[in-house]
Amino acid sequence: MSNNIELKKGLDIPISGAAARKTKKVIVPDIVAVKPTDFRGLIPRLLVREGDTVLAGSPVLSDKVSPEILFTSPVSGVVTQVVRGEKRKLLAVCIKADKEQKSVDFGTLKTQSTDADTIKQALLKSGLWPTIVSRPYGVIANPNVAPKAIFISAFSTAPLAANAEYALKDEMADIQTGINVLSKLTKGGVHVSFNSENYSGTPLHKLENIVPHIFGGRHPAGNVGVQIHHISPIVKGDTVWTVALHHVASIGKLFNSGKYDVSRLVAVTGPEANDPCYVKGISGMCMSEIAGFCKDEEKTRFISGDVLTGTAVGKDGYLGFFDNQITLIKEGTECEMFGWAKPFRTKQFSSSRTYFSWLTPKKKYDMDTNTHGEPRAFVMSDVYSKVLPMDIYPVYLIKACLAKDIDKMEKFGIYEVIEEDLALCEYVCPSKIAIQAILSDGIDLMLKEMA
Amino acid sequence: MNGLNKFIEKIKPTFSKGGKLGFLHSTFEAFESFLFVPGTVTSGKGTHVKDAVDLKRIMIIVVLALVPSLLFGIWNTGYQHNLAFGLDWGFWQMVWYGFVKIIPLYLVSYIVGLGIEFASAQIKGHQVNEGYLVSGMLIPLIVPIDVPLWMLALGVAFAVIIGKEVFGGTGMNIWNPALLCRAFLFFSYPSKMSGDTVWTGGLSRFLTEGTAYASGSGVVDGFSGATPLVHAQAGISGLSDAGLSFMDLFIGNIGGSVGETSVIAILIGAVILIWTGVASWKIMLSSVIGALAVGGLANLLATDATPYLQLPAYYHLVLGGFAFGTVFMATDPVTSAQTETGKWIYGFFVGAFTVMVRLFNPGYMEGMMLAILLMNTFAPLIDHYVIEASLSRRAKKLKSLNI
Repeated sequence: MSNNIELKKGLDIPISGAAARKTKKVIVPDIVAVKPTDFRGLIPRLLVREGDTVLAGSPVLSDKVSPEILFTSPVSGVVTQVVRGEKRKLLAVCIKADKEQKSVDFGTLKTQSTDADTIKQALLKSGLWPTIVSRPYGVIANPNVAPKAIFISAFSTAPLAANAEYALKDEMADIQTGINVLSKLTKGGVHVSFNSENYSGTPLHKLENIVPHIFGGRHPAGNVGVQIHHISPIVKGDTVWTVALHHVASIGKLFNSGKYDVSRLVAVTGPEANDPCYVKGISGMCMSEIAGFCKDEEKTRFISGDVLTGTAVGKDGYLGFFDNQITLIKEGTECEMFGWAKPFRTKQFSSSRTYFSWLTPKKKYDMDTNTHGEPRAFVMSDVYSKVLPMDIYPVYLIKACLAKDIDKMEKFGIYEVIEEDLALCEYVCPSKIAIQAILSDGIDLMLKEMA
Repeated sequence: MNGLNKFIEKIKPTFSKGGKLGFLHSTFEAFESFLFVPGTVTSGKGTHVKDAVDLKRIMIIVVLALVPSLLFGIWNTGYQHNLAFGLDWGFWQMVWYGFVKIIPLYLVSYIVGLGIEFASAQIKGHQVNEGYLVSGMLIPLIVPIDVPLWMLALGVAFAVIIGKEVFGGTGMNIWNPALLCRAFLFFSYPSKMSGDTVWTGGLSRFLTEGTAYASGSGVVDGFSGATPLVHAQAGISGLSDAGLSFMDLFIGNIGGSVGETSVIAILIGAVILIWTGVASWKIMLSSVIGALAVGGLANLLATDATPYLQLPAYYHLVLGGFAFGTVFMATDPVTSAQTETGKWIYGFFVGAFTVMVRLFNPGYMEGMMLAILLMNTFAPLIDHYVIEASLSRRAKKLKSLNI
């Protein structure tokens, strides 16, 4: 049984630099970081000191609120630096990798005969628990709550996103194990959403033990939040879990081999990347490892993730825990004479017809980080819902977040969205409003008030 | 171009905070961002790339869509003057006359309006908003050509200060500022905003001083100066007695506010606005439907004793300011309804109220201004109920899903 949902609203951003389906290099990591900032609302407790030796899978951090949730080192090596920011906020724990990699042996487990508690303990101990993101709010899942269901998106529609079939081509068996594991944690089943474009062709559709769904359409059809909205909307009191597909593979590897393995194929993409393609990397790897891809380091923004939701980490930053994509784009610091008044701006893309880029639908653009205008109040009312295939009122939700009105935020659907779902609204906004940042503050407020 | 950029960069420190003329920084930034799309980059906390469109682009599209109406208005001003005074002018003479009459209106509108915008941005330390580019373009098109300039200045000041700045600037206002300007003038100085003598360029001056611009000759015999809306009070025969056919009203070589007469020019603007997605076609269409509905109802109720009810409903679409208001004023994204269903309701009532005022309020024929201002007031209420209905529909759906 499966249902086919075609989403009409959305927008595929035509940015150049899609990764070719080849793996150019295998990165032997030098310095790798574990970043508590990758997780929303996490208050970390440091478990290591500078100079400590760790194995791949040794705990580095734990959650102060639920100390059983551990964050482990992706590599074996020596802790070289604990990076702190303002007010001694912990930003990253840097680990210099050994030449020879050693892992903690967690022992293989047969999924069929294992019960939910053993699975939970294995995930918590190995540091793979934080791969499970809980909705509403997109926080690390609470091990003591049973979720309504678990949702996995088997494709990504984000700009230049890594292709799931290619990036996970060797890990189908691990993904199956991972799904078997996850299915033990919920009574509502593991819902996997496929892309209608290649549903029958993808090796992923042979997965068993899942509830399949098919989604078609432009971005954000591949966002798990949008899919949940159409499969089983989140209401007050619900908890559902989501896991990224490459993390499902990591969970499978833990159970198949007994190792904490967060290595993954990472797509290096973007207009500033030479020969964009895949590299074999690892969670937390340093951007300097892929410096060879970059045309001009000084003027480039290194983004861990995609251009809509990624984090600007800088040329010495580290790949995020959840990301399997790096985007390189130019900093758009140049002023453009009479830009808004020119009839044609052939190098700029606009989804609105006030420019003429609709004449060249196939063209890809070398986008940069220029805002193309200054922040203003909300003026246009219908641009946002055109790119949001959800039955919510984004402008009203954002205004409720600005007003810190919790009742209204609830009413307008704060439980159903996280930042990535409204990212396109921010992209198209002619008033250049920081919609994701406002929503983020709103979610933080909800977490604080509802706790 | 590069030279200008360098010059701006050079004088920038003087105007930045802490510089000699630092207190003028919002004015400086307004000019700078007018000349250049600024080189600001995304913060890194949200999307890293942004669409090329900004509010300046949207505003300039609206201004562009108004140009046909403006050009026709320039010609028509000269043409009406020529007709009234029997001058046998050629095409360019009419255009020149209209140009000379309309330029002062624009100078006043933009100097006063932008002056206040800059001053209030300066006081609040905000950036200057581009919203007035459109309002300033609209205002001269919806006033009679003979409106005294001091009066226009007063109206503009009222609209910008009371209509916009007190609410916090573009995007925060409740009523369409251009219409507010017109309403202010209409209720403060009715003798200069309505009647038979204000719609023809030069006529007011002729009546007071006995001389009109560029011509000392008298008004031709049988000249009335009344707008077609007045003739329409006598029904279709009233219009034909005045020598006005549907096509005349459609083309727009008739008396009326500067830019509102030509439905053809307005339709060109409407096509631009709808094609670019800047204005909502839903509002325009539903406004037309609303006008036709009430007009049609009136036709059904009409008897020979009420000739104004007999006027075919479609005439209302080409009379007075209906077309102009529907296309350019009712669709203002800030003051109209924000929800898609709300837009249908809002537009329908704009059209319906316009015709209702025209038919059942003989004292004041032009209903468009009041209908739009009234519906501006009610737009948030419409949105409120549309959203409530949508939320409760969704809640019901969820309930049925979860059982």
